[in-house]
Amino acid sequence: MASVNDVVIKIGTVNGTGSASANGLLMKSIFRMGIPVVGKNYFPSNIQGLPTWYEIRVTSDGYQARSNRVDLMVAMNAQTYARDLTELAPGGWLVYDSTWPRSKLLDRDDVTVLGIPLSKMCNENFDGARARILMKNIAYVGAVAALLDIDLDTIKKLIEETFASKPHLIDSNMLAIHLGYDYATENFVCPLPMKVEGMDKTKGHIIIDGNTAAGLGCMYAGATVGAWYPITPSTSLMDAFRSFCSRYRVDEETGKRTYCIIQAEDELAAIGMVLGASWNGARSFTPTSGPGISLMSEFLGYAYYAELPAVVFNVQRTGPSTGMPTRTQQADILSCAYASHGDTKHVLLFPCDPAECFTTAQDAFDFSERLQTPVMVLSDLDIGMNDWMVPDLDFDDSRIPDRGKVLSADDVENMEKFYRYLDVDGDGIPYRTLPGQNPKGSYFTRGSGHTKYGAYTENSDDYQEVIDRLLLKWETARSIVPEPEIHYSKFNKAGILCVGSSDGACKEALDRLSAQNISMNYCRAKAFPFSASVREFIEQHDVIYVVEQNRDAQLRTLLMLDCDADPKKLVSVLHYNGMSLNAEFVSRRILEEHSKGQAA
Amino acid sequence: MTYIAKPKVSHPGMPRNSLGLTAREYEGAVSTLCAGCGHDSVTAAIIQAVFELNIEPHMLAKMSGIGCSSKTPAYFASQSHGFNSVHGRMPSVTTGANAANRKLTYIGVSGDGDSLSIGAGQFVHAIRRNLNMCYIIENNGVYGLTKGQFSASADIGTKPKKGLPNQQEPIDPVSSAIALGATYIARSFSGDKDQLVPLIQGALLHDGFALVDVISPCVTFNDHEGSTKSYAHTRKFYHHVVEADYVPPAEAIKAQYDEGSAMPIELHDGSKIVLRKIESEYDPTSRAKAFKYLRERFNAGEITTGLLYVDDSRKEMHDLMGNIETPLSEYPLEKLQPGNAELKKILLRYR
Repeated sequence: MASVNDVVIKIGTVNGTGSASANGLLMKSIFRMGIPVVGKNYFPSNIQGLPTWYEIRVTSDGYQARSNRVDLMVAMNAQTYARDLTELAPGGWLVYDSTWPRSKLLDRDDVTVLGIPLSKMCNENFDGARARILMKNIAYVGAVAALLDIDLDTIKKLIEETFASKPHLIDSNMLAIHLGYDYATENFVCPLPMKVEGMDKTKGHIIIDGNTAAGLGCMYAGATVGAWYPITPSTSLMDAFRSFCSRYRVDEETGKRTYCIIQAEDELAAIGMVLGASWNGARSFTPTSGPGISLMSEFLGYAYYAELPAVVFNVQRTGPSTGMPTRTQQADILSCAYASHGDTKHVLLFPCDPAECFTTAQDAFDFSERLQTPVMVLSDLDIGMNDWMVPDLDFDDSRIPDRGKVLSADDVENMEKFYRYLDVDGDGIPYRTLPGQNPKGSYFTRGSGHTKYGAYTENSDDYQEVIDRLLLKWETARSIVPEPEIHYSKFNKAGILCVGSSDGACKEALDRLSAQNISMNYCRAKAFPFSASVREFIEQHDVIYVVEQNRDAQLRTLLMLDCDADPKKLVSVLHYNGMSLNAEFVSRRILEEHSKGQAA
Repeated sequence: MTYIAKPKVSHPGMPRNSLGLTAREYEGAVSTLCAGCGHDSVTAAIIQAVFELNIEPHMLAKMSGIGCSSKTPAYFASQSHGFNSVHGRMPSVTTGANAANRKLTYIGVSGDGDSLSIGAGQFVHAIRRNLNMCYIIENNGVYGLTKGQFSASADIGTKPKKGLPNQQEPIDPVSSAIALGATYIARSFSGDKDQLVPLIQGALLHDGFALVDVISPCVTFNDHEGSTKSYAHTRKFYHHVVEADYVPPAEAIKAQYDEGSAMPIELHDGSKIVLRKIESEYDPTSRAKAFKYLRERFNAGEITTGLLYVDDSRKEMHDLMGNIETPLSEYPLEKLQPGNAELKKILLRYR
């Protein structure tokens, strides 16, 4: 199993023992050596005590998805030794804390077990229970560094940066690194045949999670009002927004805040606050997850019909109900597309990674204000909470935010009369006014039947006229939402279609398939309603493998409903166990379906 | 149905406020509530209150949820923006609206169903934030639009038109608001405009959450013999303890008050609310004493009215957060993002 820069490290620890920073240090050291990495965190819905894992995939090809293979297992949790051992690929290595030898459990003969007395060494070198636990984590980083040949100077520099304000911790952390490093070099043949070597493939890249990037995007979009109710896995989005705002949103003259974050009493209130703020002209948003969308549904229908902007981030987790709150899925596609009662549908945007979370956040506010309707950004736990290597974020300083059709006090003054829901331009989007500007622009916002002039109605024709005009607006939305990412490999009749975080695994699967001389075209839709080119892509192919992370083929259903796609040519590849998607699964399932098709 | 516009004809001799507007210009569409509905009297009181306060119509925002009460913002101030939201959610919409623009005057009109049942959570949390708004509950003890079911404010023993008397403990918005820490709490009666108008004016000008609970009888479903929210019952057991007089900015307090009975409260625009104690033992500045008094009178079957509690020392939502005075919705968008050069600096920590 000799290889360079193609190794998967998995670290099993106990939740709440501070291993996150050690794992981050390990991953970032490899990244700093110029080698692409993928980080995936598998954590329980728990504060302390349950098993947790961190997976680092070192991939010289720069793939974005997880691998379902484990080459080096760092088994730091006695509870999960047995399970961790079974996950290890044949020929792999398992590191464990041999302070308490566990020879009985370590009974696979196709892997190499490396015992390191981490606790013993840390107990001898550090005082206090907390420090010993934390330093044990740093010590396994040292051991892995020796085993994989990670550059010690890079590690040291990272530690120095991390503890720049607490220099006394630099020495203790480096001591812990050396405990693991030196023990490994003295007792094992280091490095292992599977190792890392410096490259130059990470220049111009960062490691960031999607929620942080989305929070940053909201700040750059000029959002001023954020309302939310804490829910995993979306919470860190508002945390990030708050943190950026505390630095960049302090008025120079007064020292006062130019943002308002409200922790609501529930998601019903959170979306109500967003609508109140957007009605008043502020860019406002709420981050949530599936259960929050369920609670927001009544208001989302209101906003659709009363035509109010709102930006909702749905960082999807597994359902149904509470499901598995710390696992990922794309299972809210339909509940978001049609959230609320009555004939209601919503614009959805599907970022595929943290870099797109940053830009999509900005786009979402523009589309929402342009279209005067809620826009939902469908991220997921995999994008939102995992660390991704992505190209540097860029902000276009010349970008002019699209505030949509908002009439100023003067505009209104010069009009004979203002009517809120009149389609003046023929694109289905009426003009709106903001409170506090001009009494001539006043109107009554309501979710009950209204005429195109904005008046209450129970008249069938007047009601239907407005409902039909909203369909015209829907077509305008279709014409302005982002175009899909499409790749044609060569002339062929099969394609893969997906959205969001399935992108990385699908692209890697395309490579795997072409290694077997099966080439396929690729389409990643970025928005709902689907733009015309998504429909064309489906029409161009005999078979479309619709890859998605839910049980019920929700994306496929949406394609049938919105693109009138022929169900016979849409073949589902469904992954919904809560783990992030991997290329091996996608290519295997497509091959199975593909061979069925050829047999037929 | 609220689509009948009221003709805007005003008599040339009609009084005008300092903005040159007549009360007519603070009216709205013709009410579609039942003839004699208490809510229409509250609407009239609101019109008089905002007219006298010289509020520019476009600087007033009318907020509501769902129910008979929540229809009423269509019946006043047609030159103001209105937001008739979903059932029980007016407080959250107002919270967001206020977050975006703190310069507007917010008047929310709700009912006992809207505020004490489906919207109880939002009512509670708007108080907790000390949201700067005037929150009126048109309280009639029943659901009107769904034809006469008891609401959570129905008193024990009150009789419905059909069926058995209510046996469940009522939720009293006033004592709830005192317990929750609201900073301006009043109760009045739709049939007492003299008392109601200054209470609404004080609520509109109060810097924080101001509740005005108005007993507003439902003539169709709850105005019969045996109802404790009827006109007759309310008139009989109505008990003023603290009246409030509104004194406009720069005007001296003219009325003569008995020593120790009057307490002027300065409002942010320079006007004053003078609390006038009718019941000498009542203390509208003590939550504990006010609560005790109210519960005792409540147990005796009385409806205590007036400006029942005021605390002008607590900060409202924005000031609690340290937010800028400029409405966030008017802050220039380009000043809200630090630009690409700064973004590159931010990225350093992700390398």
